[in-house]
Amino acid sequence: MSLSVQVKLPDGSTYTQPTGLFINNEFVKSIKGEKFESICPATEEPIAAVYRAYEEDVDVAVKAAREAYNTVWKETGGVQRGKLLFKLAELMEKHADELAGIEAHDSGKPKATNAIFDVEESANCMRYFGGWADKVTGKSIPLGKDKFAYTLHEPYGVCGQIIPWNYPLAMAAWKLGPALAAGNCVVLKTSEITPLSMLWLANLIKEAGFPPGVVNILSGFGKDAGARLASHEGVDKIAFTGSTATGQVIQQLASKNMKAVTLECGGKSALVIFDDADLDQAAKWAAIGIMSNQGQICTATSRIYIQDGAYDKFLQAFKAHVEEEYTSKQGCPFNDTHVVGPQISQPQYEKILSYIEIGKKEGAKLLSGGKTPASLTKGYFIEPTIFADISPDMRIANEEIFGPVVACGRFKTYEEGLKYANQTQYGLGSAVFTQDIAKAHRFASDLEAGMVWINSSNDSDIHVPFGGVKMSGVGRELGEYGLTIYTQAKAVHVNMGSKL
Amino acid sequence: MVTDEYPLTVHIKLPNGVEYDQPTGLFINGEFTKSKQGKTFEVVSPSTEEIVCSVYEALEEDVNAAVDAAENAFKNTEWATQDPSVRGRCLLKLADLVEQHAEVLAGIESLDNGKSLFCSRGDVALCSAYFRSCAGYADKVDGRIIDTGSNHLSYTRREPIGVCGQIIPWNFPLLMASWKLGPCLATGNVTVLKTAESTPLSALYLCNLLNEAGFPPGVVNIISGFGKTTGDVIALHPKVRKLAFTGSTATGRHIMKRAAESNLKKVTLELGGKSPNIIFNDADIAKAAQNMIIGIFYNSGEVCCAGSRIYCQSGIYDELLVEFKKAIANLKVGDPFDETTFQGSQTSQLQLDRILNYIDVGKKEGAQLITGGERIGGKGYFIKPTIFGNVHEEMRIVKEEIFGPVVTITKFETVDEVIELANNSEYGLAAGLHTEDINKAIDVSNRLKAGTVWVNTYNDFHSSVPFGGYAQSGIGREMGIEAFDNYTQVKAVRIKIDKKKA
Repeated sequence: MSLSVQVKLPDGSTYTQPTGLFINNEFVKSIKGEKFESICPATEEPIAAVYRAYEEDVDVAVKAAREAYNTVWKETGGVQRGKLLFKLAELMEKHADELAGIEAHDSGKPKATNAIFDVEESANCMRYFGGWADKVTGKSIPLGKDKFAYTLHEPYGVCGQIIPWNYPLAMAAWKLGPALAAGNCVVLKTSEITPLSMLWLANLIKEAGFPPGVVNILSGFGKDAGARLASHEGVDKIAFTGSTATGQVIQQLASKNMKAVTLECGGKSALVIFDDADLDQAAKWAAIGIMSNQGQICTATSRIYIQDGAYDKFLQAFKAHVEEEYTSKQGCPFNDTHVVGPQISQPQYEKILSYIEIGKKEGAKLLSGGKTPASLTKGYFIEPTIFADISPDMRIANEEIFGPVVACGRFKTYEEGLKYANQTQYGLGSAVFTQDIAKAHRFASDLEAGMVWINSSNDSDIHVPFGGVKMSGVGRELGEYGLTIYTQAKAVHVNMGSKL
Repeated sequence: MVTDEYPLTVHIKLPNGVEYDQPTGLFINGEFTKSKQGKTFEVVSPSTEEIVCSVYEALEEDVNAAVDAAENAFKNTEWATQDPSVRGRCLLKLADLVEQHAEVLAGIESLDNGKSLFCSRGDVALCSAYFRSCAGYADKVDGRIIDTGSNHLSYTRREPIGVCGQIIPWNFPLLMASWKLGPCLATGNVTVLKTAESTPLSALYLCNLLNEAGFPPGVVNIISGFGKTTGDVIALHPKVRKLAFTGSTATGRHIMKRAAESNLKKVTLELGGKSPNIIFNDADIAKAAQNMIIGIFYNSGEVCCAGSRIYCQSGIYDELLVEFKKAIANLKVGDPFDETTFQGSQTSQLQLDRILNYIDVGKKEGAQLITGGERIGGKGYFIKPTIFGNVHEEMRIVKEEIFGPVVTITKFETVDEVIELANNSEYGLAAGLHTEDINKAIDVSNRLKAGTVWVNTYNDFHSSVPFGGYAQSGIGREMGIEAFDNYTQVKAVRIKIDKKKA
């Protein structure tokens, strides 16, 4: 009945961690019965072993979701769907501390300065989409006396959702909220690196009153469970957040039954600072833009371009701020003063360090960081790292590092700054700092990016659409846009008098 | 009655045993206060004619205090400018609280208005559902970005209007309060709401829930009073920028004049109706009869969109009338607190007299009294469900709104004929039509001049669906996404953008 283990957190508290696959509101063993371990990135110790879903388990979950859709969820009106989402938000707030603890332990996010805010945002996201649930409307289209046409904005049916490890709870909320509000049933696969918080949340989903089969949560790996979900003929839509390379694979797998695809992939977002910018504020926002969440943000503004006149002054302020507010506040996620935790895993840790070596070899100037902190040899810790004097062709100026490593360079003119900003294959986020309102809006319009922050960075909000252009993705999440991508329009034509 | 001795809270025991504390003051700036002159008026229970309690009456100086409190909340606090999801959360909490206090609220409503518990419970459920629906919209009042070329950034904002005056009627006291408060508060406005003098109690009870839900002081102010004194002051007030009124067409016309005379405050009106309920030959007769019952006898017929003119196609006329009379015979009219009662009392002596007078008029005009037509008993304002037949279109009982359990029934032959009959009215609030033929349903719906057309149902509301009148039945729509347009004004912003080189 209940598959679980007791887990002790670094703050001394213990909690019951479910380990099964969550299907039809029950935790079950996987068919093969195999488990895999989730590692704590701050200590490199295993936390718990959870059941691993393979293809056959995905099949079971998809079947459960389809059954729930056909027999119950399809008939459940928007008012009721909204009520359930409101209830879930309430429960998440009630258990915020527990959720933040699990998230911090499994993902390395500092509990007090990072994880707790993710939980808050996730609850708000459920509540926000709960408010949309009874407001999914189509149009009636006037066509004269002989014809009446209207559109129904229908749910897809069964949606597959594959989420990453950098914001386990929040990424789930961004996906579940709109999908459920729009009337879909879901099979959600967590990242194999961070399966724990969503399994615990599954209890709240059941408590909130969602009928069995509406939300199914599987722990598993991309190459089998994820691939099966993306190609499954019983799944009507796949939503994926992760790397661009995997996103491309998902898009191809989805073509098997032409399922709808939305992708939130990688980025190498540019933050452009003009001479007239408030440099002190720019330094602070730039730090948020790359050093938050250990740099593991798809929209990280990981390239900073500073106009000639402000170059030295900005870098000086930026380095000082990063070292004071980030580098010196790095360590165990359960210490409330820490702002920077470990990177998520051994492979990520090695990848970031190798990019740091590449940066040095390419001739970029290392201004700060660049190595493992001396006092933190256990756990995947890397110091906040600043490179300066980059040139456009450097690998560290074009490739996504996904760690606390920023590449800074200079530019002369508006055109040059724009050219550098738009040079990569990506187009997710971007930021511009200037006090000149016309320049700001013009630049925003010229940037090739799904999001532009004017005088801030990574200042996202669930009311505002989020997503990328170019190789950064397809579709938008959050805001009303995030709701509509979980619906499809059916046009109904009523013949009112055309006789042949 | 002039006294400043009257307590601000009175303990009341409802006929079904539920006990509660009834606030009696004016709710201004988050607190209950006595009126400045200490004036009060009596509240009567229409099903027993007994005095329930008194409440304080707002006169001009009290209205001014309420408006000042509202203006202060709008201008000097962050109510209108903060993250709008905070407003949404207050409304969500309010919805939950209404649900928690459902039995008390339903009891107050039945005591004060005389409607059956069956009706008042329905009202309370619709009320909390509506608050919840508005809550979800608070942080979604988006404008548009409009592409006019790269030399400009052009966009619209939808901003709150400011201090709203809201005047509600006595037929659905709590529900009408929710229809007014919901969209007003979701969009960041503040309000002074006046209840009807015959039914002030449930809204005053709601005030405690408003505080508990976290609405800051001054955002909602609720005052009891009379139209000529209290209501008129609100309608003329220079600081009130928007007025929403539900009530009779005559008063609505007056309100609109006052708005124009004063400061051209924006006006939305939900007024009277004389809605046609049309039954075609191919309708399901049993279901049609049930919908006719709901259409005219629900809420004792005190419904603005009541289906008070029935048009029945000749092919089924006799059969339908038999079915209708049978259904009426099964209706329980009586004590609102009896769980089996469908129809309670009328709301006041005034209403009782008005309806009985119309019944008299009908008889004098030569209409045939098919059933009912008289008061029930001597205590409590109860009237028998009443049908008049053999009417013609010029009769007063066919043209004028009676606002009670009195319906006329007319035979018709063709679709064109009934559409003309149905549309022959100064009103245009609602209409019902019953048929199994989808083409007829859509075609007739298209041609009826009414703000709501019900097909094979009646008085069938949903918070997501807009409601309001054509012609002299009103201006603007309540509920649905349309309601929020009443409480926002569009600001267009055009920013000139010059091309920069550096």
